Amino acid sequence: MSAPTAIDLEDLGLEAGGYLLVQRALRDLPVGGRLTVRGRDAALRVHLAAWSRSQGHQADLAGAEPVVVKGSASSARWNRAERAGQPGPDGVVEHAEVRWGLAMRGALVEEGGPPLRVDLVDKDVVWADAARQLYLNGTARQWNPATEVHWDDAFYLPPEIEGAVVQVMTYLVENEYAALQIPARFIARLHPHYREVIQVLAIQVADEARHVEVFTRRATLRSDEVGVSGAGGRASLQTLLDEPDFSLAAFLLSVLGEGSFLDLLAFIASHAPDRVTREVASLSLRDERRHVAFGMAHLRQAVDADRSMLGRLRMAAERRHDALASTAGLNQDVYDSLVVLASHAWKPTSIATGWQAVQDLQRDMDQGRQRRLTQLGFPGDEAAELSALHTRNFM
Amino acid sequence: MTLVMGAVAYDPKVVTIWDGFRRHLADRGLPFDFVLYSHYERQAADLVNGRIDAAWNSPLAWVRARRLAAARGASLEALVMRDTDRDLRSLIVVRADSGIENLQDLTERTIATGAIDSPQANLLPMSLLRRHGLVPGKNLTVRRFDVGVGLHGDHIGGERDAARALMAGAADAACMIDANHLLFAREGVLPTGSTRIIGETEQYDHCNMTIGPSADAGEVALFKELLLAMSYDDAALRPLLDLEGLKLWCPGRTTGYSALETAVDEIGFYGSDGDVRADGYRP
Repeated sequence: MSAPTAIDLEDLGLEAGGYLLVQRALRDLPVGGRLTVRGRDAALRVHLAAWSRSQGHQADLAGAEPVVVKGSASSARWNRAERAGQPGPDGVVEHAEVRWGLAMRGALVEEGGPPLRVDLVDKDVVWADAARQLYLNGTARQWNPATEVHWDDAFYLPPEIEGAVVQVMTYLVENEYAALQIPARFIARLHPHYREVIQVLAIQVADEARHVEVFTRRATLRSDEVGVSGAGGRASLQTLLDEPDFSLAAFLLSVLGEGSFLDLLAFIASHAPDRVTREVASLSLRDERRHVAFGMAHLRQAVDADRSMLGRLRMAAERRHDALASTAGLNQDVYDSLVVLASHAWKPTSIATGWQAVQDLQRDMDQGRQRRLTQLGFPGDEAAELSALHTRNFM
Repeated sequence: MTLVMGAVAYDPKVVTIWDGFRRHLADRGLPFDFVLYSHYERQAADLVNGRIDAAWNSPLAWVRARRLAAARGASLEALVMRDTDRDLRSLIVVRADSGIENLQDLTERTIATGAIDSPQANLLPMSLLRRHGLVPGKNLTVRRFDVGVGLHGDHIGGERDAARALMAGAADAACMIDANHLLFAREGVLPTGSTRIIGETEQYDHCNMTIGPSADAGEVALFKELLLAMSYDDAALRPLLDLEGLKLWCPGRTTGYSALETAVDEIGFYGSDGDVRADGYRP
């Protein structure tokens, strides 16, 4: 069907949306094509002349009916436009152009405009095929701290046991801040073309914000004063914040750090002396599993693409170990608090039980790390060696 | 030599536009700079006096500069103009329910206009009314909105205030350019169906790039060539062209200024030598 060369706006004025119909009719005309515009609006001719001029068309008002002669400018804007990949998961390209800016993946991007200031622009540096599914799981499993924790549960703990719980919560909050900051920083460096990765990280940030909330609330539930923060623990976290490489940060934070935290949170969820503490640890554990899963998915894919990645991961773990060699690592107060938390009472037999539980925890953490390292492709002996280098601060 | 052009700073965007164009022109071998004026009268005088080589002139500034030059036996060239500077019309607009059907019906009524020096919202439409026997102060009351005096109507404020006065009932009619009637309708200042057009001027032209006597012919030729070659296809230029309100530069022409020359003479806005004579005009 050939494009219509006449259009009737009836009573519709150009100023009231009539221009949309004219624009649509012009779309299929070649440059220089003529469109007769009919209509009963008294200002039609005058408005058509003004509108055509502003759009780079010409209005021919010599005849009985006004005619718009299509100019070249309306399409010029898009002459050198390019598609930013395709919207679906299959449309992700290997290299995202900063000139696409914040355009949606798959959008037709007009040339020009400021380049986006991001540096994570290559798929192999950030991608995991599992990202979309992990994001969907994450959004589906968000939980409400106000309703899912029994904050009103009537419990009483002896002051030293409560103090141990408060100390562990103080330590957890500090670690959660690190786990929040790291993905937040990477979000700002990531090209939005890799939106699934940004979405996963954004949910991760929201998760950590919630963890900070519940651990803070538990810390202050019975006490006006919170615990101590050791310099060694903070030094350990700083090395995580200082890692600029996306994959190496995922390795140190998600695989080794949050990986160890899976066991720590499971330990608290099963050994804590009160229901509130068990619940906040258990709910947070659910989220952390997802964070570890993303780190693992990304790194498995990166290692599959390039085996030399294993060497880089190893060096990152060693570098971090060396950087922390002169620090105390885990604060003794935190370690002791974990023992007391698992002891429930201030008696030799209880302390012995708690002590053993923390020994088991450390063994579980080590085995968990080794398992994940093996899954990434490290041989068993190397996995054992690297796991042993992991910070005494757990994260 | 550097080709120095004057532009009137009627809006901060003028700096963005001409700074961008300056770089574009310089990159293509034309030594070019611009200076900003706070109103058109000094720019027109400086052009003729050779202080600047070119002036991005309003139609009224063209009329004055031409007269100033002619008084010295010199002539100016309208080098280029925007595609949007050609074939404009001004309108006399009334409220749809006013019962005013034609220009004669405005006798003993009040009309709202833009600034004293606005070709499109004062000088040209008032000239049209004069041809229909309507004489301000005699059988017609003029309510003038002097916003941005000296900017020759580049500031839209006076026209918009005139349109508002019409809708508020403070005037029986208002003057405006065709594009602003469309704009005010889209903005809701003149709601759809609320106004009627009872008069239109003949078509006229708007701004042009005027070349003065001091300009170097070779530079002028390159200036013209580079302006005419500016393409809306070019992503670096497109935002500047959008800001300046054009899709392409066209060769200049002076055939569209006769109505304004007449309007200027009718009220003695400028003398034939380019002297500013308009009563109450203080840029």
